[in-house]
Amino acid sequence: MHLVLVGVGLVILTGFVALFLRNAKHCMRFSVLGVLAGSVCFMSAAVPVLTRGQQLSLQLPWQVPYGSFYVVLDGLSALFLVCIALVCAVAAIYSVGYMSEHGNRRLGMMAFAFNMLVAGMVMVVLARNSMLFLVAWEIMSLASYFLVTFHHEEKSVRQAGWIYLIATHIGTAFLLAFFMLLAKVTGTPNFEKGDISGTCSSILFVLALIGFGTKAGIMPLHVWLPEAHPAAPSHVSAVMSGVMIKMGIYGIARTLAILPSFELWWACLLIALGAGSGILGVLLALAQHDLKRLLAYHSVENIGIILMGLGIGVLGTVMHAPAIAVAGFAGGLLHVVNHAVFKGLLFLGAGAVVRAAKTHEIDRLGGLQKQMPVTAAAFLIGAVAICGLPPLNGFVSEFLIYSASFKAGFLGSGAALVSGLIIVAALAMIGALAAACFTKVFGIVFLGEPRSKHAEGLSEPPASMCAGEIALAACCIIIGLASPVFVRAIGNPVLHMNVLDPDAIQKQLAPLAANLLYVVITVLFFLACIAAFMIIRNRLFSRIQRAAKSRPDQAPMIGQAPTWDCGYMAPTARMQYTGSSFAQPILDLFQTVLQSRSKKVKIADLFPREADFHSHTPDLSSDFFYQPLFRWTSWFISKMRWLQYGVVQLYVLYIMLTLIILLLWKVR
Amino acid sequence: MWTDIIMVLLTLTNMVALGTSRIRACIRIVAFQGVSLGLLPLLTHPFAPDLLIFAILNTLLKGVVFPVILVRTLRQLNVWKEEDPYVDYGLSLLAGPFVLALSWWISSRLPLPAAISSSMLIPVALFTLFVGFFLIVSRKKALFQVLGYLVLENGIYAFGVAVAFQQPLLIELGILLDVFVGVFVMGIAMFHISRQFDHIDTDRLSSLRS
Repeated sequence: MHLVLVGVGLVILTGFVALFLRNAKHCMRFSVLGVLAGSVCFMSAAVPVLTRGQQLSLQLPWQVPYGSFYVVLDGLSALFLVCIALVCAVAAIYSVGYMSEHGNRRLGMMAFAFNMLVAGMVMVVLARNSMLFLVAWEIMSLASYFLVTFHHEEKSVRQAGWIYLIATHIGTAFLLAFFMLLAKVTGTPNFEKGDISGTCSSILFVLALIGFGTKAGIMPLHVWLPEAHPAAPSHVSAVMSGVMIKMGIYGIARTLAILPSFELWWACLLIALGAGSGILGVLLALAQHDLKRLLAYHSVENIGIILMGLGIGVLGTVMHAPAIAVAGFAGGLLHVVNHAVFKGLLFLGAGAVVRAAKTHEIDRLGGLQKQMPVTAAAFLIGAVAICGLPPLNGFVSEFLIYSASFKAGFLGSGAALVSGLIIVAALAMIGALAAACFTKVFGIVFLGEPRSKHAEGLSEPPASMCAGEIALAACCIIIGLASPVFVRAIGNPVLHMNVLDPDAIQKQLAPLAANLLYVVITVLFFLACIAAFMIIRNRLFSRIQRAAKSRPDQAPMIGQAPTWDCGYMAPTARMQYTGSSFAQPILDLFQTVLQSRSKKVKIADLFPREADFHSHTPDLSSDFFYQPLFRWTSWFISKMRWLQYGVVQLYVLYIMLTLIILLLWKVR
Repeated sequence: MWTDIIMVLLTLTNMVALGTSRIRACIRIVAFQGVSLGLLPLLTHPFAPDLLIFAILNTLLKGVVFPVILVRTLRQLNVWKEEDPYVDYGLSLLAGPFVLALSWWISSRLPLPAAISSSMLIPVALFTLFVGFFLIVSRKKALFQVLGYLVLENGIYAFGVAVAFQQPLLIELGILLDVFVGVFVMGIAMFHISRQFDHIDTDRLSSLRS
C-alpha cells in the first residue's frame, strides 16, 4: 500500500516542481520521469494484488468532517490501477515528442495538470471514504479541464472546455446526492457493504448510474466527449478516453460491489443503455469527418459494450446463474482494460497524424502509410482490435460477453432470453459497423493518395511517439494471444461483484479460457496460411519482374501501378473515395435515427459550374435534449433577474432576511 | 451590575447610531461602544494576564485606530452628512425599539448555556447585530456601511463574550483581524472611488451591473 502512496507522492511532487521549472524541455522530461516512476510503483503493487487476490489497506485520520484517509487496494481497484499505470506511462513518454513543438509555451502548467490527473485517478480507485473519493474525483475533473483547454486561444476549445466542465459538475451533483444517501443508510461515510433496503438500493443505483455515467459517457449523457476529445492534445485524449472515462465505469462497478442485492430491472436498464450507446455511438462515429471526434464517438460505443457486459452479469446474479454472471462481469471488466489499450493506441496514432498533417479532417488526408509506416501499422493494429477481430484483445472481452448472452438465452426465462438476444444482436451490429468505420478511417487516411497539400511530404514522428504507439500495439497483441491467461487473471476483480468464492469463479472461467485457446490457435493457423500465401505471391511476382528486366522489349503481363490507377492514364487524387462517400450507403440506411443533412448543388446546365457538397450529422441528444433544456433554464433564470438590482444594500438585505427567517424558524 | 450598565450603554449608543445623520458623530459613538465593550471581558471573566492584553488591544483598535482612520478618510472625502438615506432617521429610530423587542423575544426562545453573567447580554448582543445590519442596508454613503460593519462586529463580540467564554480570545482575535483589514481596505478603496467618481454613494455604483 505504501508503495502506491509513494508513487502518488512522486507524481504530485514532480508535477509541482515542473510547474516552476523555466525550461520547457526540462519540465516536460521531469514530470514524465515522475509519471514513469509512479507507474512502476503502481504496477508493482497492483499486479500481485491482481494475481494473488490479497487486499491492502491503510486508514489514517483526516481533519475533515466525515473524512478519513481510508485507502484500499483490492482486485477491482488493482484492475483499474493497472490500466492507469500502463496508459499514463505510455502517454507520458509520447508527450515528450508530441509537445516538443510547443516548446515556447507554458508547458509547466500542462505537465502539472497531467500529473495531477494521474494522481487524482489513482486516488479515485483507492479511496474508500466518500470525502476522499469526492476530493480525488474533483482533482481529476479539474486537472482534465485544464488539459482540455490547453489551446485556449481558440474559441472552439474554450467552448469545449465549458461543455466538459458543466457536464462533469452535473455528474458530481448526482454523486453528492449518492454519497449522502449512502452514508445515511449505511451509517458510515466509508464504503462498506451495508444492510440497504431494496428501494434504497434502487435509488442509489440510479443516482450512481447518472453521476458516474456522465463521466463514462453513456448515451444521453455523452455530449461532452465529442467536444472535449478533439480539443485536447492527443496524449491527453488518450488518457481521458482510455482511462479517465473508465473511472465512471469503476464507480458503477464499485456501487454494484457495495449494494447487497441486485434487481432484475437494473440489468435491463444497463443492457438497454449499453445497446443504445453502442449502436448510436458507432453510427455517429461513422458519420464524422473529424478524426478525433470519430474516435470519441467510438469511446461511447465501447462504454456501451462494457455496460452490456455488466448488465448481463447483473442478470446472471439475479437469476442465480453463476456461469452467466462470471462471464458477463469478466467480459465487461476485461473490456475496460482492452479499450484502455486500443483506444489509447488509436488516439496516439491520430495524434501523430494530426501533428504531422496539421488537420483533423479525414477527407484532407490520404496515402499516409507510405510516409509514416510505423504509425500506420500501429493504427491498423488498434483498428483491428477495436473492431473485435481475433486474435487481438478486443475480441477476447467481446467473446466473454457473447458467451454470457448465449447462455442467458438457454436459461428458460423470458427476460433473460430477450436480454441475451438484444446483446447478441447489438454486439454483432456494433462489430460490423465498427469494422466499416475503421475501414473508412484506415482506408481514407492511410491508403490511397494524398487528398490535399496537408497530407504531402510528411515524415514519421519522433522516436518517443513511435515508442508509445509500439508499446500499446504490443499490448494489444499480447493480451489477444495470451488471452487464456488474462481471462483467468480477471477472476479477482469479478470476485467483488457477486457472492461466489474464488475457486468457483476460476471453475467458471476455465472453459472460457479453453475456448479462447482454440480460437487463438485457429486464428494463428489462418494467419500462417495468409503469410505463406503472401510469400509465394511475392516470389512469383519477383520472378516475373526479373523476367521482364531480362527482356525489356516485351511489356510485362503483370506489374505494379500507383494506387487508384484503375487503368486510367492520368489518375488524380480526387477520383478516390472520400470518407463521406464511403460511409454514405450505411448512413442512408440509418437516416431515420441519424437525421443527417446534406447540402449539394443540383446540376442543371449542360456545362455544370463548380459545385460543392456538405454533409453534417447532428448529435440528437445534444440538439433535442440538452439545448432545449439549457435554453429553458436560462429563460427561467432570466425571469429571476428582478432580484438583481445591483444595489449593495439590497443584497445585504437578502442575506439578513434569510438569516432572520432561519433564526425565527428555528426558535419558533 | 457593571455588565448591566455596559449593556444599557450599548443599547443607547445603538439608538444614537440609528438616529444620527452626521457621520463624525456616528464614528465617535461607535468608538465609544467599542471601548465600553472592550472592558466587558474584564468584568465578566476572572482576571488573567492574556485577557488584559486582549482588552487593551481591543480598546486601542476600536477606540483609537479605527476612529482615526475613519475621520481621516472623512476629511479626505469631505463628506460629513448622509442627506437622504433609504430609511429616514425618524423611521430608523422607530424601528429601533421594535428590533429590540424582537431580539428579546428571540433570546427568550434560544437554547443557551446556563452560565451567562447577565440576562441582558444575549438580547443586547442580538440587538447590536441587527442594528449593524440595518445600518448597512438603510444608508447610502459608503462610510455608513463601514460603521454598520463595525457595529455588527461589536454585536458578534458581545455574543462571543457571552457564549463562547472558554475560547473567546481565539475567535475574537480572528474577527478583530478581519475587521482591521476590512476598515483599512475600505478606507483606501473609498478614497479612490470618490476620486474617480466624485461621490461615495453606493446606490449609484449599480451602473457597474451588466
